Amino acid sequence: MAYFTQQLINAITLGAIYGLIAIGYTMVYGIIGMINFAHGEVFMIGAFISLIGFMICNLLGIGSAPVAIVLVLLIAMAFSSVYGWAVERTAYRPLRGSFRLAPLISAIGVSIALQNYVQLVQGARPKPGGQVVSGGFTLFSADGFDVRVSWLQIIIVVVTLVLMAGFTWLIARTSLGRQQRACEQDMRMAALLGVDVDRTISLTFVLGAALAAVAGMLFLLYYGVIDFFIGFLAGIKAFTAAVLGGIGSLPGAMLGGLLIGLIEVFWAGYFSSEYKDVAVFAILVLVLIFRPTGLLGKPEIEKV
Amino acid sequence: MPDPMLAIAGVETFYGAIQALHGVDLDVGRGEIVTLIGANGAGKSTLLMTICGNPRARAGSIRLDGEDISGLPTHEIVRRGVAQVPEGRRIFARMSVFENLQMGATLGNPANFQGDLERVFAMFPRLAERRDQRGGTLSGGEQQMLAIGRALMSRPRLLLLDEPSLGLAPLIVRQIFEAIGRIAREEGVTIFLVEQNAFHALRLADRGYVLANGRVRLSGSGSDLLANAEVRAAYLEGGHA
Repeated sequence: MAYFTQQLINAITLGAIYGLIAIGYTMVYGIIGMINFAHGEVFMIGAFISLIGFMICNLLGIGSAPVAIVLVLLIAMAFSSVYGWAVERTAYRPLRGSFRLAPLISAIGVSIALQNYVQLVQGARPKPGGQVVSGGFTLFSADGFDVRVSWLQIIIVVVTLVLMAGFTWLIARTSLGRQQRACEQDMRMAALLGVDVDRTISLTFVLGAALAAVAGMLFLLYYGVIDFFIGFLAGIKAFTAAVLGGIGSLPGAMLGGLLIGLIEVFWAGYFSSEYKDVAVFAILVLVLIFRPTGLLGKPEIEKV
Repeated sequence: MPDPMLAIAGVETFYGAIQALHGVDLDVGRGEIVTLIGANGAGKSTLLMTICGNPRARAGSIRLDGEDISGLPTHEIVRRGVAQVPEGRRIFARMSVFENLQMGATLGNPANFQGDLERVFAMFPRLAERRDQRGGTLSGGEQQMLAIGRALMSRPRLLLLDEPSLGLAPLIVRQIFEAIGRIAREEGVTIFLVEQNAFHALRLADRGYVLANGRVRLSGSGSDLLANAEVRAAYLEGGHA
């Protein structure tokens, strides 16, 4: 029981990070029907910006961890948003209206380009992030096993929950979110009502990138080490989460992220940690075969 | 006619290599109800969408109050006071009736919202009853009412309607046409109405045009066209006449 609880805590933490990244995939798919394979790289860049941000905080002598985290969070979100915006503007918008595979190929190209760019300017070796938050407490002990919760895990889950709640509110209640949903359902009609569709699409990329940047910062804090290649695996796992939850569905992305975190951690905890990625991607295959619309996905056909 | 609100001259529109409009000339005067009738595939919907800039006219000019709008993006054209009730209604199926109306007010002044909402609900009480229901669950007639209400929320000066009677029961069709007449008379909105239901449309309209194969073939007052032998033979016989 104690071991199980410990795994559960670890899984929720990891699932929160995947969920944040998955939102970016699902939103972009929802509005322009493409998989933004460069999204994982935006997450990776968010982690690097966070790394630099914490170093700057250190130099400036900002000792308080909460202040540093909030500062770095804002910086990472701002810079990564610019990346997200620029990627859409340069690599996808010119291809809109072209054949379906074109933006997908372009996305893969952007992904490789961004990886190499970071490798060039930051070097290929893994970079340690230093410890910003340490310590924790013992939840309970049983069978000679201490169930530990670190402060960092609590921060990760709280930050994720706050952002997801805020984001859900933004989409469901504000006029910006309404315009976003309108474009998702019928872009042409939205334009006929005066919505600037291009701006709305840009905004979707910016929001997705900002959330990915948060995930990048949390990843850096949690694992303590990053390199230019982390976006690939984390990106594909978050994509799997989005598909599992139902691509295009916002709650689906959050749920999918959580489930992928659970599957990965429990597989590693009870079976074999070498094969945890295989377990995750086996889920992707199974979902695509048996339930392509995902858990909370909408079927393609609607009553007209 | 001095200074029409909408002046279309020599408009040609293509879908890829296929030409849908072959030089259309047509005017809609301020405060008029003008109708455009024609068979399926004549290019009626294409003309309405071309006015809104999607697809764009490849040749010719579209002037709104003298300003050429044919090169503007859709949302800029709409900002100048044009609203469209498009073919197939295009209700946001996963949004509530209320949210659909909110979308209609995207460009409106928020201060007018409550008043405009009440006006739309007064015109179509069914919408008030269904306020929180999803657009996709409405009946065809209710969806049409919602599409018209949504267009009115932007306080348009020019309202473009694409086959508002399509697929509706005769009783509902009468209600919709009554509402269109009221919008023109009571709200002073200029109306350009595309219809296959030529009888109702010509009776309501001040003037009409007949479109065939992407060209204007006939034009005249609503009553003249109703009496015209060619129009009767092509668009009215066997129908409601």
